[in-house]
Amino acid sequence: MKPRIRIEEAVKNFGHVQALKGASLEVQPGEVVLIIGPSGSGKSTLLRSVNRLERLSSGHIWIDDDRVTGPKADIRRIREEVGMVFQSFNLFPHLKVLDNISLGPRNVKRTAKAAAEEKSRALLKKVGLSDKEQAWPEQLSGGQQQRVAIARALAMEPKVMLFDEPTSALDPEMIKEVLDVMLALAQEGMTMLVVSHEMGFARAAADKVVFMDEGQIVEVGPPDQLFSSPTEERTQRFLKHIL
Amino acid sequence: MAAIDQPAKGTRIEVTDGALLPIKSERGILNSWRVTFVFSIVMLAILFFFYEEPYSQIVFVVAKGIPITFSVTVFAILGSIFIGLFAGLGQISRLRIVNLIAGVYIELIRGIPLLVQLIFIYYALGRFFKIEGTIAAIIALSICYGAYMGEIFRAGIQSIPKGQMEAALALGLSRGQAMRLVILPQTVKIILPAIGNEFIAMLKDSSLVSVIALRDILRRGREYIARTFLSLETMAIVALVYLVITLVLSKLVAILEDRMKTSET
Repeated sequence: MKPRIRIEEAVKNFGHVQALKGASLEVQPGEVVLIIGPSGSGKSTLLRSVNRLERLSSGHIWIDDDRVTGPKADIRRIREEVGMVFQSFNLFPHLKVLDNISLGPRNVKRTAKAAAEEKSRALLKKVGLSDKEQAWPEQLSGGQQQRVAIARALAMEPKVMLFDEPTSALDPEMIKEVLDVMLALAQEGMTMLVVSHEMGFARAAADKVVFMDEGQIVEVGPPDQLFSSPTEERTQRFLKHIL
Repeated sequence: MAAIDQPAKGTRIEVTDGALLPIKSERGILNSWRVTFVFSIVMLAILFFFYEEPYSQIVFVVAKGIPITFSVTVFAILGSIFIGLFAGLGQISRLRIVNLIAGVYIELIRGIPLLVQLIFIYYALGRFFKIEGTIAAIIALSICYGAYMGEIFRAGIQSIPKGQMEAALALGLSRGQAMRLVILPQTVKIILPAIGNEFIAMLKDSSLVSVIALRDILRRGREYIARTFLSLETMAIVALVYLVITLVLSKLVAILEDRMKTSET
């Protein structure tokens, strides 16, 4: 099968610091892949390269047949198909919840207002926030904001979803509500690339776990195997710290 | 080790032309705004009612200039917002040449005294275009203040968290759409008090234009002096009229600022 995301020899330099040192990874359609690793290991940089929020210094990334890294890539069309969820939610504070969600469809896909709002309501229902459509983002808890952010990304009907530490900024009691939404999404067959250390989510939903360290992919494996019997010494050391 | 009581890096000392920054000891009834305001109102009233000759006449003459002063300021502030928007966007553009043009404009304007600029632009406009004095004055003020407005827009745009632009781009919006739909609406809210302060500053600076074209508050006063030689009396009224207007406006800006602070929390 042709991979949905293909990353080849990704290198990213920030000045003298090399954040990515030739990382390669494939994600098949419908797969859920979790990236773990110490801070500064390049996992967020790798994720952000997939929709070109970071431009690679060298290497290539494809999403299906579209080369994200090509000089002539139609990056806006590619981004339409790649949803992204951020650690800090990044909801638009000047727009109500419903308008946050319908902004993309209305302005990128030129969907009519009524249709876009109907769709947005359906997505709000899906993330369990139907009663919040007229709320302002600042009136919501962190967990609720992140669920709206997921709905906002889904409104573009993406074929890939990127999650950049989606639960790291949340209070512990709110993590579950976000993970439940992600879990449901995974079960629907969404292709997901997730930077997170949520072991429970990994075991329940991930097909593969990728361990990164110092800009390189050290080890890839199914969650049970990678967590219980990692082959690389660096992976073992890292897991000892977080488990 | 760095000393703890040093101000944090990047701390700015803000001295604006409009509303004073709030100071803790200013919370009582006897704050400086109230004292100044009451003083100026009382002074005007005393002069107007108890010294009819010549003050009440001066007040009437000078007051005729108020609409001119206001209309010039309103149009010029709108013009400067328009220019400032492009100057601000130009400075943060990813095109080097656009940065340069916007940067040079701002450096140029900020390096020349306002009065010199106004007179220069006024004569330059008069030489090449057939336009009325008031319009020329409005254009000149717009160009001068556009540079400062540009800095306000730039600072406002840059104060919006980076994640906002990223979230907008990730949805597939173009940079222009992201700016228009996501960044600028938030920026405008932030810079509104600063624009209010610019309005106050410009209202005062518009008196400079009276030197050349406008029959504004100051010009009416100077004309009156030319007729009657009552220079001190006339200028006292002119000053008081400006003072009252400015004090009222700065209060409005302060209220605006206050309301925005409370809406944030």
